[in-house]
Order: sequence, then C-alpha cells, then structure tokens
Amino acid sequence: MNKNRLFPGFGLSLGYTCAYLGLIVLIPLGTLIWKSSSLSWREYLDVVTSVRTLAAFRLSFLTAFVSALVNTVFGFLIAWILARYAFPGKRIVDALIDLPFALPTAVAGIALTAIYASTGWIGQHLHKFGIEVAFTPLGIVLALNFIGLPFVVRSVEPVLQELESEVEEAAASLGAGRWEIFRRIIFPAVIPSLIAGFTLAFARGIGEYGSVVFISGNMPMQTEIAPLLIMTKLEQFDYAGATAIALTMLIVSFSLFFMINVLQARSSRRLGMEA
Amino acid sequence: MKTRAESPAVVYTLLALGLSYFAVFMLLPLVVIFVSAFKNGVGPYVAALLNPDARSAIWLTLLVSAVAVPLNLVFGVAASWAITKFDFWGKNLLITLIDLPVSVSPVISGMVFVLLFGAQGLIGPWLAEHHLKLIFAVPGIILATMFVTFPYVAREVIPVMKAQGSDEEEAALTLGASGWQTFWRITLPKIKWGLLYGVILCNARAMGEFGAVSVVSGHIRGRTNTLPLHVEILYNEYDFVGAFAAASVLAFLALVTLVIKTVIESRSPELQSNRLKKH
Repeated sequence: MNKNRLFPGFGLSLGYTCAYLGLIVLIPLGTLIWKSSSLSWREYLDVVTSVRTLAAFRLSFLTAFVSALVNTVFGFLIAWILARYAFPGKRIVDALIDLPFALPTAVAGIALTAIYASTGWIGQHLHKFGIEVAFTPLGIVLALNFIGLPFVVRSVEPVLQELESEVEEAAASLGAGRWEIFRRIIFPAVIPSLIAGFTLAFARGIGEYGSVVFISGNMPMQTEIAPLLIMTKLEQFDYAGATAIALTMLIVSFSLFFMINVLQARSSRRLGMEA
Repeated sequence: MKTRAESPAVVYTLLALGLSYFAVFMLLPLVVIFVSAFKNGVGPYVAALLNPDARSAIWLTLLVSAVAVPLNLVFGVAASWAITKFDFWGKNLLITLIDLPVSVSPVISGMVFVLLFGAQGLIGPWLAEHHLKLIFAVPGIILATMFVTFPYVAREVIPVMKAQGSDEEEAALTLGASGWQTFWRITLPKIKWGLLYGVILCNARAMGEFGAVSVVSGHIRGRTNTLPLHVEILYNEYDFVGAFAAASVLAFLALVTLVIKTVIESRSPELQSNRLKKH
C-alpha cells in the first residue's frame, strides 16, 4: 500500500489511539469481566433471578420498549414535517430536537417531575382524572420519551430528505394516490431507519438513569429501574450483586448495538448499489 | 414540490399533531426550568448561584471538562489520522471499540472505576498503600467523564477527514513538507469545523454527565460535587429554587451548545448530512 508509506505518523497515531483506548475504556470495562469471573454460576443466577432484580429488569425493558414505540410514531411524524413542510419556527424546532443530547439528564429529570407531579403544571389536571404520572411506570415512560425522541427523528429525517422525488412523481403520474405512494414507496424506504431509531431509543432507555430517578419514585419491586438497583447495591457495597446485574445489561446493550451496526451496514450497502 | 404535496387538511393535521407533541415534550420541560428558577424573583436566584457550594460545583464542573475535553480532542485527532490515512488489520474492530462507551449505561460507566480503584477494587489496595485516592475524589470524576465522552470528538472527525480525502496532504508531503507541517497547515484547517463540532458535543456531555459521576463522586459537598450533582442534592432537600437555579445554568449551556451546533452545521454541509450516524 503506497498510501501507508507516504504518510508519516502511523506508529505514533495508532499507538497513541490504542494506548488511550486501553487505559480509558478497555481496562475499566475489563475490570467488570474480571470481577464477574469471581462469581460462580450459582451466585450469578441467584442475583439475576431474584424477585427484586427480575422486577427491575421487567420494568426497565418494558418502559424502554413502550417509550421507543411511542417515539417511533411521533419521531417519524416530526421527521416528516421537518423534511417536507415549511412552517414558521422550523429552524428552531429542528435545532431543539437535539435538546435531550445537550441537556444534562438530571436537569431533564427534575423538570419533568415538576411538570407531572400531582401539583405540577400538567400533573394537577391529570390528578383530577385520577391519572398519576410521577412515581409510576407511566412517569418513567414519559422521561424516556424525552430522552429517546431525537434518536428516531435523526435516523429518519435524512432518509426522507434523500428520497428521490422522481420516483414519487412517476408514481403520481401513473395515477397512484397520495396514500398509496406513502404506503408502497415512502414507508418501505423508511423502515430500516425506523428500526434503527427504535433500537437506539430502546437501548438508551434501558440504561437511562438521570432523567428517570427523579420521576420514578424508586420503590423496590414497583418503580425501581435496573440502573438504580445497581446504584443501590453499590451503595450497600454489594459489588458482586451489582456486577451480576451490570454484566447482564452490558450483554443486552452490546447485542442491540451489534444489531444496529449490521442493520446500518446492510442498508448503506443497498443504497450504495442503487447509486 | 407540488406533486409531492398532500391535501391542506392532511398537512395541517400532521403539523398540529407533530408540533403539539414537540411543545409538550420538548419545549415545556425547558420552560419549566427557567420559570421554577425565577419563581421567587431574581434575588433568591442570584443568591442560590452565589452560594459557596454552588460556586465550588461550578468550578469543579469547569475543571472536569477542562481536563476531559482536551484529552479526548487529542485522542480524536490521533484516532482519525490513524484510521483515515492508513490501511491496517483490525480497523473496523478499532472503530467499534471507540464507540463502545456510548452503549454503556452511565451507572455502569461509573461503576467500572469503583471496581478498578475502589477499596475492594483491582488496584485499590495498592492505591491505599501509596495514599492515592481516586474514587470519591476529583480524579475519579474526571476519569468517569473521560470514559463517557470518549468517542465524541473521534466520531465527528473521522467521517469529516474521510470525506475530505488526502490529496492536498499527499501533494504537500511529495513537495517535501514534514509530517507535522502537513498536519498543522493543511489537515487541521480542513477539519476545523468537524473538530469544533465534536468539541462542543463532548463539552456538553462532560459538563452535564450525571449517572457515571454520581457513582464515583461520593457526594462530598463543596469537594466532589459537580453542577448536576449539586442540582440533585438541592432537589432532594426540597430547595427547589436552588435546584432549578443551578439547573438553569446547565440548561442555558445546553441552549448555547445547540446554537453553536446549528451555526456549524450551516457552515459545513457535510456535517449535516452525516449527523445521523453519530448519536
């Protein structure tokens, strides 16, 4: 490779990259593996299948799943209006969609609690109808809705923008109705990015901590999410228990991200062939 | 555009639905922060921010990002140079490993440092012998922040450097410029927007990280409290004006970040078209 010989600094840049990666990321993550190897299968299963852990896992996965579904619907809708319609304040809306990436999670958490507590701006009205949001699983879903929305919008928006208008125009000139064009041309093209956005939002939701702990109430067995259970075990110096739960979550989120990578590689390969 | 348009009724319904969802779930949380912070007027707001604990939290937050962001910046540039200028075995694995911290829950990101440096940790006993305290102290907070923000600069700069190609650099090197000259005079000016973009995203996350920092901080008031942890403590003590005052500083920083980000995107179109892959 002629390229490799012309450019200087191969050893320096790659060596530094690998050393820094090892020190900051791989050795710390490796410690988790090292720590879990000191657990026997029996101990691991005892922690992971205890009633309290199972309840926390069920809650984390269920709320993350429901909220990722909601975000897939509304994220698609918002990406659609941003990509296709002109309206006043569009630039501001477009910029603020990324707010959850820039706003610290603890700040989002207390803001959402202030809105949905039974004395809050929206919470007091829902309270009259007997709907409680704060300190229930519903509150967790709402917090994750805030956190996860940009993942779906930013996955779908570029696909909608790049969709060839000629194809739609051709379909229209052949007499296809608007709904038929959407159902048979636009929607199939968007599906991979919807799945990617859903998975990103879901994966983020499972591990989310800061925005959830204020609104969730943190009652063991009822509103205790898995990351909070790790936190509790760490505070009680139950490092073995915390490690078992953390390892399980890590395996799940690595699998999800592996899935996203495969998905994105596949769809970009397909787009590459078309171009 | 005309052939792609829906009927006006459909357009307005979709706009109304989408924008109401946006208003309730994005705008309202932002508004409630500032309204709650100024609930009792400007006086208590200013007092809450001038409080010694708040001031030391602000200083610690600035210190943490002043260490973590430049280190991740240097790493990001080195990694981009290695990945885009050379072919080597395991390149895809390296890219995957760089992205790894994004998929780790914040609580676990903090926890691994407790397992490494804590009293019962892998090298905890050795640290104790030498009277080095990393966990429940400032170095632990900085390390956890570096872990969480690790990929932010690299994943912005790699696509930019790749998209711009290496023709100018090749010309400079062939004409006898040294490696460093080529880097400072040609590569750096070419990637400056991508670099700045990565730095502001990295900085926003570094200043705002909560979960990971919460695990390693030990919550020692005036010593190991960053601004987000300060928000939590005040909130749990029912000092809502104080909590929201501190939160409003962070929300303001988030808004500034979004403004800078939007400006950079409008100057550098390739960042805009690339931005999906990066979150």
